[in-house]
Amino acid sequence: MTAVLAQAQPLQAPSIHYLAISPMLVVFGAAIVGVLVEAFVPQRSRRVAGLAVALGGVLAALGLVVFLAQDLNSATDPMLGLVARDAIAVDGPALFLQAAILALAATSLLLLAERAPADRVPAAVDGDVAATSARGLASLRALPPEHTEIFPLTLFAVGGMLLFVSAHNLIVMFVALEILSLPLYLLSGLARRRRLLSQEAAVKYFLLGAFSSAFFLYGVALLYGFAGSVSLTAIRDAAGQPSGDDPLLYAGLALLGVGLLFKVGAVPFHSWTPDVYQGAPTPVTAFMAACTKVAAFGALLRVLLVTFYNLRGDWRPAIGAVAVLTMVVGAVIAVTQTDVKRMLAYSSIAHAGFILTGVAASSRRGLSSSMFYLLAYGFIVIGAFGVVTLVRDADGEATHLSKWQGLGRRSPAVAGLFAFFLFALAGIPFTSGFFGKFAVWGAAVDGGVTYLVIVGVVTSAVAAFFYARVVVMMFFQEPAADGPEVARLRPLTSAALGVCLAATIVLGVVPELVVDIAGRSELFVR
Amino acid sequence: MKDFPWLTAIGVVPLVGALAVSLMPASRLRLAKQLAIAFSLVSLALTIGMITQFESGAAEQFQLVEQHQWIKAFGIQYKVGVDGLALVLIALTAFLVPVVLLASWNVDNKVKSYFALILLLETAMIGVFAAIDVFLFYALFEVMLVPMYFLIGVWGGERRVYAAVKFFLYTLLAGLLMLVAVLTMYFLTRDAAGAGTFDYEQWLTLDVARNTQRWLFLGFFVAFAVKVPLFPFHTWLPDAHTEAPTGGSVLLAGVMLKIGTFGFMRYSIPLFPEASRYFAPMMMGLGLFGIFYGALVAIVQKDIKRLVAYTSIAHLGFIILGTFAFTRQGQSGAVLYMVNHGLSTGALFLIIGFLYERRHTRLIEEYGGLRSVVPVLAATFLVAGLSSLALPGLNGFVSEFLVLLGTYSRHPVLGIIATFGIILAALYILVAYQRTMQGPVTVEANRGMADLDLREKLVIAPVLLVIIVLGVYPAPVLRVIEPSVQRVMERVEKTDPAPTIESATGEQK
Repeated sequence: MTAVLAQAQPLQAPSIHYLAISPMLVVFGAAIVGVLVEAFVPQRSRRVAGLAVALGGVLAALGLVVFLAQDLNSATDPMLGLVARDAIAVDGPALFLQAAILALAATSLLLLAERAPADRVPAAVDGDVAATSARGLASLRALPPEHTEIFPLTLFAVGGMLLFVSAHNLIVMFVALEILSLPLYLLSGLARRRRLLSQEAAVKYFLLGAFSSAFFLYGVALLYGFAGSVSLTAIRDAAGQPSGDDPLLYAGLALLGVGLLFKVGAVPFHSWTPDVYQGAPTPVTAFMAACTKVAAFGALLRVLLVTFYNLRGDWRPAIGAVAVLTMVVGAVIAVTQTDVKRMLAYSSIAHAGFILTGVAASSRRGLSSSMFYLLAYGFIVIGAFGVVTLVRDADGEATHLSKWQGLGRRSPAVAGLFAFFLFALAGIPFTSGFFGKFAVWGAAVDGGVTYLVIVGVVTSAVAAFFYARVVVMMFFQEPAADGPEVARLRPLTSAALGVCLAATIVLGVVPELVVDIAGRSELFVR
Repeated sequence: MKDFPWLTAIGVVPLVGALAVSLMPASRLRLAKQLAIAFSLVSLALTIGMITQFESGAAEQFQLVEQHQWIKAFGIQYKVGVDGLALVLIALTAFLVPVVLLASWNVDNKVKSYFALILLLETAMIGVFAAIDVFLFYALFEVMLVPMYFLIGVWGGERRVYAAVKFFLYTLLAGLLMLVAVLTMYFLTRDAAGAGTFDYEQWLTLDVARNTQRWLFLGFFVAFAVKVPLFPFHTWLPDAHTEAPTGGSVLLAGVMLKIGTFGFMRYSIPLFPEASRYFAPMMMGLGLFGIFYGALVAIVQKDIKRLVAYTSIAHLGFIILGTFAFTRQGQSGAVLYMVNHGLSTGALFLIIGFLYERRHTRLIEEYGGLRSVVPVLAATFLVAGLSSLALPGLNGFVSEFLVLLGTYSRHPVLGIIATFGIILAALYILVAYQRTMQGPVTVEANRGMADLDLREKLVIAPVLLVIIVLGVYPAPVLRVIEPSVQRVMERVEKTDPAPTIESATGEQK
């Protein structure tokens, strides 16, 4: 114990390698500038300025990550590794996941910035609970007080996510968890004046999220009690070889796991997902579904593979069981859904299960395939929710499935795009969704958890059923008389959908481009 | 000319055609249809060109091989090539697609999408037969479902939604189970050779343990058994075939079912020879059962399209029987049977399509005595039907005879039982012909029915011509098939030089 403590006391003056953490600094800086924009820029140009700052910050950070990643391969004097007194790990997985988060965030920012078609703003809204618009950015009255605060909020969340996937210290990880969670609670409540659902979603997300943060923190406390340190390396060294009976260690691991699996949306910690996905404004849902998942899985992978790798014999069965539950519950309950957003929420639960299959493989291959899956899934799901924002009727977004009937006849392009994203989710070859599944299943067979693959293929057939059902609705049935109209494609949404479509095809046909990078990024610093 | 990428060209031309057709302006539908047919004819011409380059006595299994890295990290390649088995099936596909497109001229709903989807399907089908990288094979095998799903779901009959979803889910799930086996094989090659690969020829060199073989055989079995379809996995077929539009039915029966039997012969047997011999009795049992089940259910159908759909189950039963009898005649017959069934059943579905366009019903009782009203249509129906029941002189006879002979020489009892299947075949075809074509005209609405027009004659004539040619002179096709069959036989015998089942092997070799 004393030896560990002595190790934790740094002798040299702390120096921070600012370049290595510059992506996070840029994003947080942009977030603060965004707040200033909110305060000082006149209202009519606020949206443009806010978007410019947010998108500029995210893209600049992405550029920095790419720049840093080039150093990964250089043998001489790599500037990467543990920085900021070993609190932050800048290594392959961190950079890959940061790049994924930033790319996905940039795409969802385009959706977030899109203004709801003005002519569709419902007249009487405030008390009307059930059926009003879901568009978070949509305005409330004739002269819209726009929610431009989404830009700084999103940036703070993104900054938190970047820190979350590279934290090498449980306290830093906890701080990052809170930085990313708090803006998300606010974002999901943005449509609260128009829909009670949004309010409910925000409150539910906040309460359950706070609960899970408490679990996480309790786990950190126990692990600190066990190892005398919060550093991932120190805990790993203290855990050593599995002994089987160290209550502090195992209880700490379990509680930490609960906190992370909550963010992942794994069963049985999933109950917030459908409500929040349905209640939150759709562009916010897209952002959460893509980016939060990357961040949460990134942290989960780091904790399990860096710190507790030697205990994998103990946690693999647990992760395997959670994966089975997650796949089965997600896919089966999704079948009964009648709301598009809820269906996509349950499908995201099922996909969390597929990714957990890669985690349970607990190997390099499992890591790189999970990372590929996260990136591929992110683009697909942003695309799918992006299409949902387009299908509207007089009350706003028409999310009830029955309203999508015959959409393929009214607007073949939009329906075709949605069908494409659904087939990608179902894992049809030549889409990124297929290669993601192929990669994680390969890792699982290799890692000796073939039973997860068998459960995976059966549940993905179940999942294919409800994706196919939506296609049936859109293409095989005649349009309903009072069906929704498809909003004209606006430039920002089109750009976002175009990016998602291109990414899904490219990652499906030539996955090599990213598989290679993921493969080279598969080493954590210890 | 050997260096020309024949297979890629044959596969890519329809893909380009699909894009071109879907980009045509909505006002130029006629041109779009002509364009689609032109692209499919180019693909057919290229196929004929490829056949001239094929040497049936070549030493290596695959010819005209093209090989490129695709996804290096996983050892996945773009690798295509043909042996005799693949060659005849690619030829069948390239031949049937222009016929189907011409037959679909009167589609009036979302015309461009229909023609584009069929061309897309052609690309996938040709790719499935040409692939010798198992990942590529698998990817095309699965992606093929999507165009067929839309063909059934959008242009199908009354119960099209049910049929389309059932078809999609059945085949998808079965394919996914095969994926588990494919992944397992991949890691076996990695453990054996250091670097994993999906290269089929590398897989052949792998020595798989007996128990593993059996599990992997079952993994592939599910996928192919659903495609064929074998008895307990067949329930999607009557619905899909009946509800699909004519073009969809022809390609489903003509080509897509063959992917199952092709899969058994290309993948299951050579990769898992020990397991194939172990499961051969089960396979032959299922085949034999299918022969009688399909025939008996066909006889009682009221819907003529459903009747033909069930005859497919019987015919494919013969193919499975011939394949797993493990004799050269049996397997040669089975491969030839794949081609012949594609032609005869394809012709029957085309003719039923003509009838349906005239009367918009598929019920047998709605027809009757048509021979006096539409003699040419009735005659084509008769020829196609006789080909289906294996009348000597038409194509079906040669293959059915070879299958029965090959089965008999190793399993006399099974051969004799299977022969009774022919009687049932005669029954369902002739009864159907009698009820629809012979006798007095029973339904007034049929009196004014028009006979085949020029387009329809152009559709059906090439198919009937090939039916007759192959019936009289099947030798060229058999010569192409023979080396492939020889190879499959060697794979099975290699691990078991003295089959325990029969003593007749020596005479056949």
